[in-house]
Amino acid sequence: MTLSPPAHTTASAASAPAPSAPAPPAPAVPIAARAVTLPFPFPADQYRYGTNVEAAPKFVATEAGGWGARVLDIDADYASELAERARIVQRDPSRCQTLEHMRPAVWDTITTLLPILATEYPDLMAYTRDGRHCTWRNDLLGLSLEFTVGDDSSLGVDPLEFISGQIQDDIAILDEREGALWLDAGVVTFAADWCLGFDVGMRFAEIHGPVPRVHGERIVSRAEQFLMHLQPGETFRRTNWSMTVDRRLDTSTDVYPEWGRDRRLIEDDPNFADRMHLRVEVQHLIRLPTSGAILFLVRTYLISLAEIATVPAWRERVGRVLEELPEDMAEYKGLTRFRHQAADWLLAP
Amino acid sequence: MSAVLADTVPPLVSTPPIPNALSLTLTSVVDLTSQIRAFTLRAPNGAVLPEFVPGSHILVRCGERTNAYSLTGSGVHPLEYTISVLRLPGGAGGSTALHALPLGTTVQVSRPRSAFAPVATAKHHLLIAAGIGITPMLSHLAAARDWNRSVSLLYSYRPGTAAHLDEARGFGIDDLVESTTREQFRRTLEQRLRSQPVGTHLYICGPQGFTDAVLLAAAEAGWPDKRVHYELFGAATLDPGAPFTVRLARSARSVPVAAGQSLLEALEAVGTAVLNLCRRGICGECALPVLAGKPQHRDLYLSPEGKAANDTMMCCVSRGHENELELDL
Repeated sequence: MTLSPPAHTTASAASAPAPSAPAPPAPAVPIAARAVTLPFPFPADQYRYGTNVEAAPKFVATEAGGWGARVLDIDADYASELAERARIVQRDPSRCQTLEHMRPAVWDTITTLLPILATEYPDLMAYTRDGRHCTWRNDLLGLSLEFTVGDDSSLGVDPLEFISGQIQDDIAILDEREGALWLDAGVVTFAADWCLGFDVGMRFAEIHGPVPRVHGERIVSRAEQFLMHLQPGETFRRTNWSMTVDRRLDTSTDVYPEWGRDRRLIEDDPNFADRMHLRVEVQHLIRLPTSGAILFLVRTYLISLAEIATVPAWRERVGRVLEELPEDMAEYKGLTRFRHQAADWLLAP
Repeated sequence: MSAVLADTVPPLVSTPPIPNALSLTLTSVVDLTSQIRAFTLRAPNGAVLPEFVPGSHILVRCGERTNAYSLTGSGVHPLEYTISVLRLPGGAGGSTALHALPLGTTVQVSRPRSAFAPVATAKHHLLIAAGIGITPMLSHLAAARDWNRSVSLLYSYRPGTAAHLDEARGFGIDDLVESTTREQFRRTLEQRLRSQPVGTHLYICGPQGFTDAVLLAAAEAGWPDKRVHYELFGAATLDPGAPFTVRLARSARSVPVAAGQSLLEALEAVGTAVLNLCRRGICGECALPVLAGKPQHRDLYLSPEGKAANDTMMCCVSRGHENELELDL
C-alpha cells in the first residue's frame, strides 16, 4: 500500500487524472497532498440534505485524484490521530462507552473490522481465526497478539477501546429493537459538534432532532428504515461535511470552550485561508453479521481553504456552495460567522 | 418460515435466480424423523461461510423454486449451513424436490437474512416452538449459551416426530419444558405467560394456528406487542383477495389485477418487469413506490411504521382496493 504523503509536501500534478480535451491551463500551484485523496463531498454548486448513500467500497475519481477504494482508510495521519484519540479517551472516559447488552456487538465489530484491515492492507496487517481463537498483527503499531472472541481479558484492554486503537474512524454501534435504532455503544473522539456522553442510549431519531429540514422531508425516518433493512454483510457509505477552525479533530460539545471562540476570532485573522478548514466525514454503515447491530464508522478529513484552492474546480465549487447555503443549514453547521468570508475568499478572481 | 414457502406458489410460476447467491455443496443428509430431513451445505473449498444473526434463514434454490429455511447451526464463524426440511407430499414441489437431492449436488443459496433476531436488551428470552418451528430456536439457543443469556424453551411436538430434541436438551438450559399434547402445552403456556420476569421477550415459531393461539394468549396475559416476536412457516395460503386496478403514473396505463392473481403477476403479464425474489412478502425485493391510495399490506417485510406510511408496497402479496392505487411506474 502507499500512504498519502505528509501534509506539508505537495503531490505532483501528474498524479491527478489526465484532463479531458481541450486541456485547461496548467494550475498555478501544485495540488495539495491532502486534496489528492480527499473525499470531495460536493457533486453540485448547491448542497441540501439527502439520504446520499451508496454501496461501499467503490473508487471515485475527483479533480485532484480519488478516494473510496477501501472501507477503512489509513493515511499519513494514522499514528498521530490514534495517539490523539488515546489522549482524549484517557482524559474523558465518557468518550468510550459500551452499554452492557452491546458486548456481543462490540466483539462483532472486532471480528468484522480486523479481517477488512488485513485484506485492505496485506503488507502491514494480518488476521487469522480458528473457531474463537484469533491472531492479529499490525506492523504500523508494532502490535502482535492472540485473543479469544468473547473473552475481554484476552485483549488486556476494553474491547471497544482496542478496536478504536486500530482505525482512524470514530465508531458508533446502533442496536435495533422496537422498530428503531438506538445508539448504545461507541468511541467518539473526533465528533463534529456533538458528543457521545449526551447521545448514548438515545434513539436514532432523537439524536437527529436538532438537524433542520430533515424531519419535514422525512429524511431521518427514511434513513432509519434504510439502515434497518440492511442485511448482514452489506456495507454502504455517505459523506457529510462541516467547517472547522484549524486542524482540530475534536470539536465535540464536551470541549466547546476550547474551540467555540475560534469561530469568532477567525474573522480578523490574516491567515484565514490557512486556518479555516473544510471538514469532510465519510460515514460507513455496516450490518454486523452475528449481533445484527449497525456499525457506523465516521472518518474525518480536514483540508484548509488554501489547500482546496490548489484545485481550481473545487475552489469555485466550495465557494458557490457556501455562498448559496440556506441560513438555517449554515446556522446548524455553525458556519454563520465566517461562511460568506470563506465564500468570498474562494470566489475572489 | 422454517418450512415451506414454494408449496403454495402456483405451479406454473417459476421464481427467478437468487442474486449474489452462494454455490454450496450438499455434504450430508440425515433423516431426523420420518418426515424431516437435515441437510448440510458447505463451500466447495471448505471456506468459512458468511456469519449470521440468530434466527436467520437462507433462501434455497431447488429446481425452479426458491424456498426459505431457518439455519439450525451457530452463526459464529460457520464452516457449514444446516437446514431441516419437513416434507409436505401434497405441495407443489419445494420440499419434495429438496428431499430428492443426492449428496454432492451443488445448491444455490442466498446469503443469510435476519428477520427473527433476539433482542439484545431482553432480561430473559422465552422461546416457544411447535414441531418444525424448533429450527430457528436452535441458533437462538447457541447464542444464549455463548453470551450467557437467560433463556427458556417451550417445545411442543407430537411423540415420535420431534426434530432436534436431543440437541435442544443438550444446550443445558435451566428451563426446558416439553409438551406432547395440546392440553399439556396450553397449561404450560398459560402458566409461563403469567410468570415471566419484567423485560422478558417472547419468540414464537410454529404453524399458523399455533402461532395465532400463542399470540392471542400473550395478548390476553397483557404482553405488549413490542416484546412479542414470531416467525411464520407452513402453508398459510393468503386469501385470493378482490379484483382491483392500479394506475401506472409514468407510463399512464391502467393494469387490472384479478382475484387470486398477485399485483406482481399482473405487472409481469403486461410486460412490466419488477425485481423480485421470494414472491411471498418476506424478502423485500419487489418493493414498489406508491403515489396515491392505501395498499392492503399483507407482507412480513415492512415494519408497522413502514406500512402506515403507505408509500411502499410489496407487490408479490399486497393488494389495492378497487381503483384507487397509483404507482410510480
